[in-house]
Amino acid sequence: MKKEKKKSNYLRAIGAVAWKDLAAELRSRELLSGMLVFSLLVILIFNFALELDAKTRTSVTAGVIWVTFVFAGTLGLNRSMAIEKDRGCLDGLLLAPVDRSAIYFGKAISNLAFMFIVEIIILPTYSFLYNINLFQPGLLLVILLGSIGYTAVGTLLSAMSVQTRTRDVMLPILLFPVIVPVLIAAVKASGGYLQNLPLDQILPWINLLIVYDVIFIAISFMVFDYVVEE
Amino acid sequence: MSFVVITFMIKVRKLVKRFGLKTVLKGMDFSVKDGEFVALIGPNGAGKSTFLRILASLTRPSMGSVNVAGYNLPKESAEVRMRLGVVSHLPLLYVDLTAAENLKFYGKMYNLANLEERINEVLEMVGLTNRRDDLVRTYSRGMQQRLAIGRAVLHDPSVMLFDEPYTGLDQDASAMLDDVLRTVAARGRTVVMTSHDLARTEDLATRFDVLSRGKIAASATHKDFGSGNLLSFYKGVLEKGRKQ
Repeated sequence: MKKEKKKSNYLRAIGAVAWKDLAAELRSRELLSGMLVFSLLVILIFNFALELDAKTRTSVTAGVIWVTFVFAGTLGLNRSMAIEKDRGCLDGLLLAPVDRSAIYFGKAISNLAFMFIVEIIILPTYSFLYNINLFQPGLLLVILLGSIGYTAVGTLLSAMSVQTRTRDVMLPILLFPVIVPVLIAAVKASGGYLQNLPLDQILPWINLLIVYDVIFIAISFMVFDYVVEE
Repeated sequence: MSFVVITFMIKVRKLVKRFGLKTVLKGMDFSVKDGEFVALIGPNGAGKSTFLRILASLTRPSMGSVNVAGYNLPKESAEVRMRLGVVSHLPLLYVDLTAAENLKFYGKMYNLANLEERINEVLEMVGLTNRRDDLVRTYSRGMQQRLAIGRAVLHDPSVMLFDEPYTGLDQDASAMLDDVLRTVAARGRTVVMTSHDLARTEDLATRFDVLSRGKIAASATHKDFGSGNLLSFYKGVLEKGRKQ
């Protein structure tokens, strides 16, 4: 009975953190507007830089969209944790009598929601501008798995970097080396779907994404308490 | 023969806190009885905020024992946090949420029952009922601090920690905060407050501890130094510390 109550408190706290982030963001739109404008600019810059003609599109699209998501995601992760730190709200969260991993999961869910909102807008925009179909079930699955892995690690590392004076610079320095496996797997799997490669060539990359997601969610669950405590 | 049982809500023994090579708290002993209002005063850098962060389970002690409301830190920190309310110079509020939404969020984090009723009660206490649906970003600094106190007492904690609550407040806002602090203390709560505003502190607290060089250098009540003499008592303690 007590265990059941503890579980429901835990889930309630996760929901409360995620709800609070989404409600505040839907009102201010500070984070989403920054991420969106940045993503659109990156796509346009890549277009001019790589001269995305019809022939090269299928081979470079996967790389271009993932670099866009990763860069825009870094902006979002930084901002999401800075909001907590700047007005002392992180202390307010840490003072709550719940397991601190609930705060991690709440923040990760809201960060993932922000990533999805940006992706939902960027994908049709890219498809429209470059006349390439990005709405394939397999590709959407890869984007889902890649985004989960990225936000799982990003939320943990942003909680670390926000404690430092050079937090804006520190997050990408910490994050990019750690997400190399998820980025490579996501680009390879996405590229495979866009080039219509057989499933047995794509599956190993999807498996890698799943393994990465599970491992990093488990690690974050275990170490978040130590990361946020002084 | 009769016995008087003294219940300590806060008991700290030989507390040491180090940040790298720097030792901020050097074997500090401190205790607060149930219902006492203790003002912790001291110069900048004496370790007052660090000490309150340890009591609030936001920082781990390097050595020593810390017991709050009968629970040991850092082992039983969730139990301590359930019984603790903290107000600092930062409001710990989300400016893009309304006052009611902020309290609703914190109420969910503390898993409170009858939340709407409790939110109304707290807003009434801090005098913000009329502004309950306004965004916190539209509040003055004084109103934000009153709401911060509302947030801290939402779960009806038995121990309250105030870390420089008057920072950035004008005279009117400070006077208003005095009333709220008196209401909070009048409900039998144990309070520890740090402040540089000695005049206000003297009016509110029942005991005054001077923290200097990582230790409690002196402890006194109104009876010990007489009304209106806190400043001279404080200066005397610091002077004595410098000579040693």
